[in-house]
Formats: sequence, structure tokens, C-alpha cells
Amino acid sequence: MVELALPKNSVYGPGKVWPAPADAKFLTEFRIYRWNPDDGLNPQIDTYFVDRDDCGPMVLDALLYIKNKIDPTLTLRRSCREGICGSCAMNIDGQNTLACTKAIDDVKWPVKIFPLPHMPVVKDLVPDLTHFYAQHASIEPWLKTETPAPEKEWLQSPEDRAKLDGLYECILCACCSTSCPSYWWNGDRYLGPSALLQAYRWLIDSRDEGTGERLDDLEDPFRLYRCHTIMNCARACPKALNPAKAIAQIKNLMIARQA
Amino acid sequence: MPKADPNLQTPRARVKHLGTARAGTRDLWEIRFTSFALLPLTVGFVVIVAMLSKSDLAAARALLGAPIPAMVMIVFVLASIWHMAVGMRSVIVDYVRHQHMRELALMANLCFATGVGFVCTYSVLRLSFIQ
Repeated sequence: MVELALPKNSVYGPGKVWPAPADAKFLTEFRIYRWNPDDGLNPQIDTYFVDRDDCGPMVLDALLYIKNKIDPTLTLRRSCREGICGSCAMNIDGQNTLACTKAIDDVKWPVKIFPLPHMPVVKDLVPDLTHFYAQHASIEPWLKTETPAPEKEWLQSPEDRAKLDGLYECILCACCSTSCPSYWWNGDRYLGPSALLQAYRWLIDSRDEGTGERLDDLEDPFRLYRCHTIMNCARACPKALNPAKAIAQIKNLMIARQA
Repeated sequence: MPKADPNLQTPRARVKHLGTARAGTRDLWEIRFTSFALLPLTVGFVVIVAMLSKSDLAAARALLGAPIPAMVMIVFVLASIWHMAVGMRSVIVDYVRHQHMRELALMANLCFATGVGFVCTYSVLRLSFIQ
């Protein structure tokens, strides 16, 4: 059966409480998941106090404050700091989101931060996304054509281009896939909302000539049909996309080519 | 948390696994079909059960001996069991992780649904036609 409890070596306990910065007037408490693969210990929750008068408004600002001024061993991914790269995806106050676009004042205090759920952890807040990226690659996210390439560009009407809106904006942050219970239970074989959203983006691209092959590759009880429209993906997406709708559209295409 | 992974397969090979089964759409179609079929059939079933609630055995046999109530009951039973079997198959695939256990559970589901289908159909036929 599916594992509904954490393995023994993943059960986290209380960690270190770091001293609050001296002379700070406006403090916010952060409780952050820590795990080091090298010390052989179980994960722990460390407590930090951030001086809000010396820190930006977003959760990522607070994390960088902690890393730069309190505990340089805190490990996290970040890059663009404006919701474009998807690097700083993590679970903040029980919701998968981007630390760079989540305001500290928009979450309940103390602010609880964990890595993306149900993924192997590399260290602290850094999940291992190797399998997730391989799933994205498996849907072959590029234009597939048999017709010889035109002299200039492949033409597309404005109406057909508009069909890609709400799909192409995905930044592969993995917030949706790691919020999906079906992906938790069967993530090894179920492609997950993110990869399927991208699959649909190429399925309905009017310039693509590989639609049939793409549908063949998705027609599988695990790859596609483990989606039960739970909708956690749409709720979690920091770009306000709707992977569940895209998956439903793929299922409709599967029916359409048989009926 | 994660230990050293002894599996040296590439990530792409793990994702591709055994390839696509080219299946699943039939389940989706069957679930949709039986869902729509059960909407009017459930209404018919409830009406018949309500009519039977105050009947004695002879009156019940007389009602179920008529062609339309008998057919509604049998089709309702078969559509419900079909719907149940496909739904249960999905639950098993979702939650039973071990390959052999999953195969056994899928077979058990099929056997159970077939058995219940025969028993229910026989029960309706017996009430309808066998005095």
C-alpha cells in the first residue's frame, strides 16, 4: 500500500533556536526544515528570528537574511527573485509556492518553511528534481514536424497562438506536481500536472505535426490517467495556471480520437 | 531522507519504464458512460423500490414480472456493478504499490464484480419469472 507515514529516518524533531538579533524592534519567527545528508541525523526544525526593519518584504528576503546574517549553512535555491525562474519553490505555511513572490505578511506567523513535499531532499530546502525534469523531457517539449521547414518561420494564426495562453507560462517550479496526492503515491510512473500541462501545450500547438505520437505516448493508466481532478495543482500554481484543466483536455482528445 | 540509490538506471530510463500501455481511455469512457446511464436508471430504481416498499411478495413479483421494471432493475444492477468495478480498479492502481499485490487485487476485483453481477441478476430474474 501507499506509505501514509514518514519513514523513521525522515521524521523531524525540534532543532536549534538561534538567538534573536540584538536591538531589533520588529521580529518575525521562522521555523525552517533542516537536514544535512552528511551528519546521519534525522531532519530538525530550526527557529530563527528575523529583524523585519533590516529585511525585505518577501519570504525569500527573510531566508537570505538568515543565510547572510545568522546561519550561513542554511541551503536553498534561488536565482531571479521575481517569480520567473521557479528556483525558490518550497512549502511555506503548508502551501507550495515561490519564496520570492510570497510576502511574509501574507502567511501565518511563525512562518513554517519546508522543502517541496514528497521529493527526495538534497539538503535543507533543496529537493532533488532529477526525476521531475526527466518527466518533462519525456513529453518531448519541442516542435515536431515532418514537413520540410519553411524558408522563414512556421506560420500560426493569432487564434491558434491564443490557445497557448495559460500553458506556455509554466516555469517548471514543481509546486503543482509536488502538491498532487496522485503524484505523491505514483510519482515514479505518473507524469504529474507540470509535465502534462506542457504535453498539452505541444498537443494543441497548430504548428506541431506529432499530435498522434504524443497522444500514443501519453495513453497509459499511469502516465496520464492517475489524475483524478483533485485540483491541488491549480491551487498551488504560483503563476495561476490550471494544469488540471489541461489534463482534462488531454483526456478529451483521447476520447475524441476513438469516438 | 534519501539514501544512496543503488539503481544506476538513467532518469530518462526510469521515466520511460516499460513504455506506454496504450490503455486507460477505455476506463475513462466506461466511467463516463456508466455515470450518464446511471442518472435515469437510478431514478427508475428508486421509483421501483418505492413502489415495492409496501408490496407483499406476490405484488412484488407481479411488478417485477412486467418487462420495463424488470429490465430497469437488471440494467441498473449491471451498470452499477460495471461502474463499481472500473472505479475500484482505479483505486487499486492508485493505492496498491506492490506489483504482484496489485495484479492479485485487480483479479479479485474482477471476480467480485462478476460474482455480484450474476447474483444480483439472478435475484431479479428469480423474482420476476420463477414462481
